[in-house]
Amino acid sequence: MTDTMSDTMTDTTLSRRAFLNATGALVVTLAAPAEWAQASVSGVAARPPLKGDQLSSYITIEADGTVVAYYGKIDGGQGLGTAIAQMVAEEIDVAYERVRVIMGDSALTLDMGGASAAIGVSHGGTMLRRTAAETRRLLIEMASAKLGVPVTALTVTDGVVHGSADPTKRVSYAELIGGRYLDSTVKWNGRLSNGLAVEVPAALKKPADFKIIGLSLPRQDLPGKVFGTLEMVNDVRLPGMLHARMVRPTVAGAVPVKVDEASIKHIAGARVVWIKDLLAVVAEKEWNAVKAARALKVTWSDSKPNFPGHEKLFEHIRKAPIVKREFQRQNGNFEEGIKQAVRIVEGEYEFPTQSHASMGPACAIADVRGDAATIWTSTQKPYDSAYCVAELIGLPREKVRAVWMFGTGSYGRNEQGDATADAAILSKHLGRPVRVQYMRHEGLAWDPKGTASINRSRAGFDANGKVIAYENISKAFSRLDNNTREARAADVLAGQLTGLPLNRGESFEIPVASYTFEHGRLGWETIPPLMERASPLRTTHLRDPYGPPILFGSESFIDEMAAATNADPVDFRMQYLKHPRDRDAVRIAAENYGWEKRPSPRNDRKDADVAIGRGIAFRRHFTTFIALIAEVRVHRRTGKLDLLRYVCAHDVGMIVNPDTLRHVIDRQLVYGTSRAMIEEVRFDENMVTSVDWESYPVMHMDGLPERIDIVLIRRPEEPPSGAAEMALGLVPAAIGNAVFDATGVRLRRVPFTPERVKAALERA
Amino acid sequence: MAQITLLVDGASRTVDIDDADAPLLYVLRDELTLNNPRFGCGLGQCGACTVQIDGRAVRSCVTAVSSVVGRKITTLAGIGTPDKPHPVQTAWIAEQVNQCGYCISGWVLTAVELLERHPKPTDAQINDAFKGLICRCGTHSAAVKAVRRAAQQA
Repeated sequence: MTDTMSDTMTDTTLSRRAFLNATGALVVTLAAPAEWAQASVSGVAARPPLKGDQLSSYITIEADGTVVAYYGKIDGGQGLGTAIAQMVAEEIDVAYERVRVIMGDSALTLDMGGASAAIGVSHGGTMLRRTAAETRRLLIEMASAKLGVPVTALTVTDGVVHGSADPTKRVSYAELIGGRYLDSTVKWNGRLSNGLAVEVPAALKKPADFKIIGLSLPRQDLPGKVFGTLEMVNDVRLPGMLHARMVRPTVAGAVPVKVDEASIKHIAGARVVWIKDLLAVVAEKEWNAVKAARALKVTWSDSKPNFPGHEKLFEHIRKAPIVKREFQRQNGNFEEGIKQAVRIVEGEYEFPTQSHASMGPACAIADVRGDAATIWTSTQKPYDSAYCVAELIGLPREKVRAVWMFGTGSYGRNEQGDATADAAILSKHLGRPVRVQYMRHEGLAWDPKGTASINRSRAGFDANGKVIAYENISKAFSRLDNNTREARAADVLAGQLTGLPLNRGESFEIPVASYTFEHGRLGWETIPPLMERASPLRTTHLRDPYGPPILFGSESFIDEMAAATNADPVDFRMQYLKHPRDRDAVRIAAENYGWEKRPSPRNDRKDADVAIGRGIAFRRHFTTFIALIAEVRVHRRTGKLDLLRYVCAHDVGMIVNPDTLRHVIDRQLVYGTSRAMIEEVRFDENMVTSVDWESYPVMHMDGLPERIDIVLIRRPEEPPSGAAEMALGLVPAAIGNAVFDATGVRLRRVPFTPERVKAALERA
Repeated sequence: MAQITLLVDGASRTVDIDDADAPLLYVLRDELTLNNPRFGCGLGQCGACTVQIDGRAVRSCVTAVSSVVGRKITTLAGIGTPDKPHPVQTAWIAEQVNQCGYCISGWVLTAVELLERHPKPTDAQINDAFKGLICRCGTHSAAVKAVRRAAQQA
């Protein structure tokens, strides 16, 4: 976290105040530490209003001693809820089973940004650790007063404060505060979302004292999923609820000009909702809504999107005008450096448009009643979605309650926010609760897309083969063409179809500059969107928003540089990596793989029909350090690649739950493999043609990595970083580098389908 | 409007339907408020809507409700409970297979059918059973491990 305390921090005043215990008896006065300015420590019957400086906005204790943690993020299925419970249990000193985590309900939990950037543990977890520790500190002070034992002579065991020497002197958290609320403030930076930060006087536990952090506890959410008892957002059923299906054009940009309502009059209860360019059908029964959406006769406006088509997309990107260019990081003087080079190597890499392609297309429920609304959603950003809905239907933000629920995994800014807004606008229009369930084509053809890009690199070497100048530039659609935050009405299809001014941004990203080259610059160029409004190809964040495209280029090119100087790819990286954690990740991956030092390509199998090679890719993301080695068997005649083995060395700092972390890495490497090997959104001049799992193939059983070895690097003293998406970005480059090692041929375009690999091998 | 009786998870359930061709998925979810078969594609391509009909895993999104009257329908919740878990469910938890869990009906019910036919399945048999299933979270290999575990403990 780079957020610092801002000057908008609430100014609290030092106070000494009496507090009442649960029976109303005056108990004691407490002195707050002068520098921390506690408002008061007193149980109050009602939970103080939800606010960043209120301790009870983060942690409360119920009458039975259950500790409730209010987590303003969400768990997209990677076990964050369990990790948060572990961290809170650790700091507040109760058994793990006593902690209940409430996630993403805007009436109960602060806006901590939902899920983004894989900072669920590093940001959200840290804030809850601090407030749990502070709650413990205050409860010990209360116990001290009640028991007449100094704080220093007290210990906590599973929610019971007792004398360290005399355990008969004891009082439980439940007895001290259970069912009431600490009316105490914390030092808050005045910000919400990912910028929210609090500080507290209580110190966090030292790693040596951890009893719960670091345990591989099983996931809390899995029994409900395995036994089928967990309610997901899809399962919300409200009295009077209507089922809706959206009606989308078959040519992008076309809008309805005539709707034949009679065409669905034979379907029970079916009716049309047409608001500006937004078209939907609703029915009392879900199947009737599906049938009505299929049967409805619509005359659409003429639209000529003139999309380049996915086959010619890279030609289009190459020729497209640059809207914005930014060198986000520069050191030395690249232009001067490259002039001094005696040899220049260049490389170019293409990454396709990809879809979030969630397992279930989006589903959301909205209940808009007069001056207030509730939305049930599984979007990663429930707070932003509530703000968006408020603007869309004309309510103040505080009048829209977002209730996040488990649902399909979303892997970034997928179409969940769009469905939520659709449900809200329809519910407002109809005056009844509305459930919107997108169909499969909407989860593929209409979700906001991960942008295609061309990544080009240039390196200049001196006479000794040392890199003196290095440049990496991505040319792409903006990753903020469709804002990833979905907080504005124009960030969703409903807002765009009802004519609201667009909310575009221009941005792409760069790889982290782990390598120390004398003169370097890392930058990006964005190009205009293919269609401005309500485009099925609008671009935004897809899981690890710029990792796979940029790292495919930059980490393949590092290998090209190594090959150009006849250096071993691991040695070459080590030559330019200086940070010890960067170096350890690469070294540990190589050792665990059994890396044999030699330059790539291996020349002994160059002309064989089948050749096996190994490739490495490395990244630092925040303070997560990852190296991935792939071993690949190449079938030269068919272009088929067998993924024999991955070795992933992973340093995330402090590890909360090792087994869950291993699973998070393992599953995302499979997901990353799907994107590297198979996934590409297809489209023609009119529309996205990837509409189902046949036209947007993804990983099935065939083609799985045969073996994945994950090596967790233990650094309990380092702050926790993120793990939810960082490893997957290395997959394309690791595979590409392995293919080069095996064959001497570079793969320059993802996905690595057999046809494309075969063509690349034949061209060489 | 016709009344039909479905045998679901051991109970006899009567529902009114106005379309005999309605996919079973919508009847189970909408009329009987059963949550586990989930809408994934509506095309029989992914497996999220899987239920068992007379012990065979089928895609309820492309199965007409009229075709299953009088047959034994089993959803994920019908194969076991936390108190009396099916060995496949026990193995699934032991291996901590899932992430989001949206696809789970397809994988677990397919595994249950596989183990009934082949109590000690080979890797090829497991791969073959799972070949039509999708999991976007990438839990494929974990599911295979869970099947091996369930087979060992059976």
